[in-house]
Amino acid sequence: MGVQGIGARLVRKEDQRFITGSGRYTDDISERHMTTAVFLRSPHAHAKIASMDIAAAKTMPGVIAVITGQDIIDGGIGDLICGWMIHSKDGSPMKMSPYKVMDPDTVRYVGQPVAMVVAETKAQAVDAAEAIEIDYQTLPALTDFAHAMDEGAPQVHEVAPNNLICDWQLGDEAATDAAFASAAHVVEVDIRNNRLVPSAIEPRAAVASYNAAEDHYTLYTTSQNPHVARLVLSAFYNVAPEHKLRVVAPDVGGGFGSKIYIYPEEIACLFASRTVKRPVKWTADRSESFMTDAHGRDHVTKAKLALDADYKFLGLKVDTIANIGAYMSLFSSATPTYLYATLLSGQYNLPNIYANVKLVYSHTTPVDAYRGAGRPEATFVVERIVEVTARKLGISPVELRRRNFITAFPHQTPVLMNYDPSDFPGLLTKALEVIDYDNYPARKAQSEADGKLRGIGFSCYIEACGIAPSQAVGSLGAGVGLWESAEIRVNPVGTIEILTGSHSHGQGHETTFTQVVAERFGIPNENIQIVHGDTDKVQFGMGTYGSRSGPVGMGAIAKALDKVEKKAKLLAGHLMEADPDDIVIENGELKVAGTDKKLAWHEVSLAAYVAHNLPEGMEPGLTEKSFYDPANFTFPAGAFICEVEIDPGTGVTRIANFVAVDDFGVIINPLVVEGQVHGGLAQGIGQALLEGCVYDDAGQLITASYMDYCVPRADDLPSFALDHLEIANPSNPLGIKGCGEAGAIGAPPAVINAITDALGTENIIMPATPEKVWRAAQAARPQLAAE
Amino acid sequence: MSEVKLTVNGREVSRDVEDRTLLVSFLREELGLTGTHVGCDTSQCGACTVHVDGKAVKSCTVFAVQMDGASVTTIEGLASGATLHPMQEAFRNNHGLQCGFCTPGMIMMGVDIVKRHPEGLDDTTIRKELEGNICRCTGYHNIVKAISAAAKEMSTPAMAAE
Repeated sequence: MGVQGIGARLVRKEDQRFITGSGRYTDDISERHMTTAVFLRSPHAHAKIASMDIAAAKTMPGVIAVITGQDIIDGGIGDLICGWMIHSKDGSPMKMSPYKVMDPDTVRYVGQPVAMVVAETKAQAVDAAEAIEIDYQTLPALTDFAHAMDEGAPQVHEVAPNNLICDWQLGDEAATDAAFASAAHVVEVDIRNNRLVPSAIEPRAAVASYNAAEDHYTLYTTSQNPHVARLVLSAFYNVAPEHKLRVVAPDVGGGFGSKIYIYPEEIACLFASRTVKRPVKWTADRSESFMTDAHGRDHVTKAKLALDADYKFLGLKVDTIANIGAYMSLFSSATPTYLYATLLSGQYNLPNIYANVKLVYSHTTPVDAYRGAGRPEATFVVERIVEVTARKLGISPVELRRRNFITAFPHQTPVLMNYDPSDFPGLLTKALEVIDYDNYPARKAQSEADGKLRGIGFSCYIEACGIAPSQAVGSLGAGVGLWESAEIRVNPVGTIEILTGSHSHGQGHETTFTQVVAERFGIPNENIQIVHGDTDKVQFGMGTYGSRSGPVGMGAIAKALDKVEKKAKLLAGHLMEADPDDIVIENGELKVAGTDKKLAWHEVSLAAYVAHNLPEGMEPGLTEKSFYDPANFTFPAGAFICEVEIDPGTGVTRIANFVAVDDFGVIINPLVVEGQVHGGLAQGIGQALLEGCVYDDAGQLITASYMDYCVPRADDLPSFALDHLEIANPSNPLGIKGCGEAGAIGAPPAVINAITDALGTENIIMPATPEKVWRAAQAARPQLAAE
Repeated sequence: MSEVKLTVNGREVSRDVEDRTLLVSFLREELGLTGTHVGCDTSQCGACTVHVDGKAVKSCTVFAVQMDGASVTTIEGLASGATLHPMQEAFRNNHGLQCGFCTPGMIMMGVDIVKRHPEGLDDTTIRKELEGNICRCTGYHNIVKAISAAAKEMSTPAMAAE
């Protein structure tokens, strides 16, 4: 029974249930008298619903209810909200349209729910849904969002003329223009950040149960943030009062952002359970997941970089059009604005930055935060333009970065962020060592001898995690504060429960969070248990996204531990007749420093609950709570280097080497952190090489299955070489910076920089599929075409 | 409706099922064996992988009635009592899982891959063999390590003799 604290490479406690098939995911839950719901969905991207006939469906075998959008409106259920108010540069608020659970009049994307069938079995519900007759009057659809604002483009919502939701800006345009006027060099790039489908491997699901006798609701749901779900369902959607609604997020099979949001289906399931007075389960098919889980990215951008004669950066100007889809999802306004433009300084001294982002509607699935959320888009802009600039000016991309790295901290960027210390040159140096950069020319020569094209690409990313200081985000329009809560319950026998508002859906909290406690008190890891994901057990929390569970979630645990430690020391000092300031806690014992007096942890715990002999004024018990509101964002950073080998005959790109050197601050569990990086890299490489969500001109989703949308398979990826610098974050109680999104943020430009290096052309749009690479290879090597 | 009799995790079961019932639905809903998961509807993800008469099969691609007389092993039946299968241990020891949803399918497929390659496995072969199983969390790095480690463990004389 060793003590396994911060830095221990501990295998995960939670794995026992997952490797034996004993996990408990939402679709695994069955309740007595449970019914099954399916949703009928629009086959059209844009249409008026002229009529809907549900009479036949209602009489089908096993059907209990058919619920329409009008039923939900008549039931008093409110419209969906967007949780972050932003303003256009003229000061006007964003133009958000109503977002109904099921719009009874108009559909605006393929897959939008239009009716719900509740039946005894899923098969019966599917059969009945097919019997609903709807007369759609189809209308022209807008999918090419880069032309959303063009004259004559189909209009998505009346409230947003020309489909423009918000014409947003950040930075000093006049100063940036002046910097460009004085520049020796200006380099421009056109960038498309491809649309992605998050694709958590567990489809979304909900089990809603209304107990009429107690007038109480329970919702089991695939959520990254069950407390936020309960608040929103109560305060905004009027589904149930907050004290009458329990939301449980049990085991959740991945999220990547897509399970942050409170979707129409969960709302409808709660409503339906009240209507039919029985539990209602809905589980998405994968096709439904593709059509309705919020998508990610989808930007077109023009960027230009100004440099002086010494190749020092003077200014960056960025114009982006961001596709929001058919409706504004919960954080859709923040993702392409405050989570994007605030990171455009990258790792560089960039004295002037101006960004203009136009958020537009289209007849596509709503777009919102997906792993990285704005920061991958920013990193792609910065790291592509830096690489292109180096090539155009004939300077090594390593040298150009070194010449412009920020080296003094704290560093205030021109786009709001104040960076805590890291070591950007050191990260790059280490990455160059790990990939054996000195011998790259030999590897390239070998590839050429084999008839292959070899390229190398760099990406020096920075992200803002630890989301987020409540006052700061509040001033920028957030509807909530982004603190986190923790409660430490020391039991009379000395075992400990940690109640946390964070939610683990793969991140390993049941292991890593216990390590923080084991470190503090020196008690065995197996004596510590995590409680999370249930609004009846944990009072409130903001959930897990934006790499916040480490810095903010564990930050809250550290703060609560401070209080427990203080009280335990007061009590131990009293019991041993010593000054509490002389008490030290180590190896599960409270000792009087410099003496042989000591009490075991469990003896002090028991004394707190027996309460026969407490210091004057001390309450019995040993349990403490903290709400931790971070003082600043955290700034994980890293240097990625990707080496690709391309077969010019087939266009197939093989990742020959991929090195990631990160600074995540203090690492609690290296095994878990490495796993987070691997997964992020896979998604980033997937974006660069394989994944692209495609709509046709009529608004049909062409990529609506794993046969059409290519998430990486094992043989698409290499094994990764990881290393790190561990530079503690001074603004965090545990020195943590966060690690969940790094791979997805940093990888795409590394891959594309490597491919463009190999091909000798900058003209590659993600995903760099074999077809695109082959075409680019042919275009770049006309001598081959002539042969 | 048809009657189907089969052996699941060593136990004989008999049920009347609708002909359109998939094996995965039968396991999850009729037998309550929820360790086998459904991650897609096009037989791409492999989360539903089980063993049918010793071979890996995607249980979303077969009907329950087709299993008449067959012996099915699911993730719940892989361990020998309290002793985990080496593949299960290897996934834990190598952090070959994160959210755990694809894991039962990965483990069942991993066992099948090792059995089909008595000559031993290199990483390239493991990656190619995993083509039909999708993981969105791990980037496969540690899954490949886990299967490689389990392959070595399963090929030791003690295991081979069993």
